[in-house]
Amino acid sequence: MWSLKKSVWVFHVNTGACNNCDIEIVDCLTPKFDIERLGIKLVGSPRHADALLVTGGVTAQAAPRLREVYRQTPKPCIVFAIGACACDKGIFTTGYHMVGPVDKIIKEVDPNAIIAYVPGCPPKPEAIISGVLKALAVL
Amino acid sequence: MTEPLNILLQILVFPGFVFTVALGLVASWVVRKVSALVQWRVGPPLFQPFYDILKLLGKETLVPQQAQRTVFMAAPLVGLAGVLLLSTMLWRIAFQPAELFVGDIIVAIYLMVLPSLALILGSSASASPHAAVGTSREMKLVMSYELPLVMAFIVVIIKTGGQISLAAIAEQAPVLSVSGMLAFLVSLLCVQAKLGFVPFDMAEAETELGSGLYMEYSGPLLAIWKLMQAIMLVALPLFLVTVFMGGFGSAGMPLAWGIGKYVLVLVLVILIKNTHPRVRIDQAMKFFWVYCGIALAAAVVLAMIGNSCGWTWL
Repeated sequence: MWSLKKSVWVFHVNTGACNNCDIEIVDCLTPKFDIERLGIKLVGSPRHADALLVTGGVTAQAAPRLREVYRQTPKPCIVFAIGACACDKGIFTTGYHMVGPVDKIIKEVDPNAIIAYVPGCPPKPEAIISGVLKALAVL
Repeated sequence: MTEPLNILLQILVFPGFVFTVALGLVASWVVRKVSALVQWRVGPPLFQPFYDILKLLGKETLVPQQAQRTVFMAAPLVGLAGVLLLSTMLWRIAFQPAELFVGDIIVAIYLMVLPSLALILGSSASASPHAAVGTSREMKLVMSYELPLVMAFIVVIIKTGGQISLAAIAEQAPVLSVSGMLAFLVSLLCVQAKLGFVPFDMAEAETELGSGLYMEYSGPLLAIWKLMQAIMLVALPLFLVTVFMGGFGSAGMPLAWGIGKYVLVLVLVILIKNTHPRVRIDQAMKFFWVYCGIALAAAVVLAMIGNSCGWTWL
């Protein structure tokens, strides 16, 4: 677990977000924020990932996919719920098509999953980076 | 110290396994740091590749249900073994060229194909559609760059007067002639393709295939692939230095000169990686077979003319 804190490879899962949080996540990768200096790297396969960055309030269509992606991720892994929708469904609280939030869906697969929350609509890149680092510090 | 113990120490520690792995991880840090500097970023800390490998070794290994289990698990080890053998051979040529048989250029050509073959085997055993596309691209890529690479070595063999022993080739520097320079430039691009770096990274293709060949690998098996790539980062530039640039530390040259040549080749590879976009697989095949093929045919003719007329610069 010690080396996991030094090298976090993240996989980005959009479960029905409005794309705003996703743009902020991509912002973190730009030279201005450069998260590679903290050992964080975006990877293309959940099998390589140590952390899932989940955005969106989980639509009925996306829920089985999110469960499957979580099962495909080698453990130990951390789930980050990025944005208000992922944390508690945000403005979609009463939406008929939203079965989330993220922690509920993940806990159906694994009740002991490690889940961290970064609220905001959307959270700033600074907020995402500080949220990730705070979560890693208490791990 | 007894002789067998000494040989074992050489294979496992100094010019062999431990030393090459450490150097390879430092080289992969150099790749990431220089890429970061080119993009005006800060880049990862020195020990980042070590943390990555340590972390991967501590993670769970997932094997896909439909995968051919034995091949899937054995392929990374085959690739690692091949590239380790190559690097140990090259270190022996650099440090003690006079001792016993240390292999010729033909053995090296075969050993250099082994990592690509292992990758093709492993990823096609993983039963993943992404990996299948990556495998097909890797196979085409291997077929396209092997021909120019072998032709470049034919130029070297002609220039050095029919030598195929690496220790004998390492005493001359064919890069200091017109045909040798052409052969060096083409084989630099072939090394780029062998390392799977941009512009020839279509088999990995992070943006469209996820990570192509490596798609289904996780945990320790992925760590072995990463180690293999890191060692290739040592072995392939070192091979170019040995074949084209007059060896690592031979002919009374100081060690710093050899390290300088290695770093020069490595930085050239990194700069090509950072200044070019990815090409399609058909463009890569056309590039290697038509353009590189013609350039090397010209180089072979030049080298033969130079040999028969006694002009060493040609």
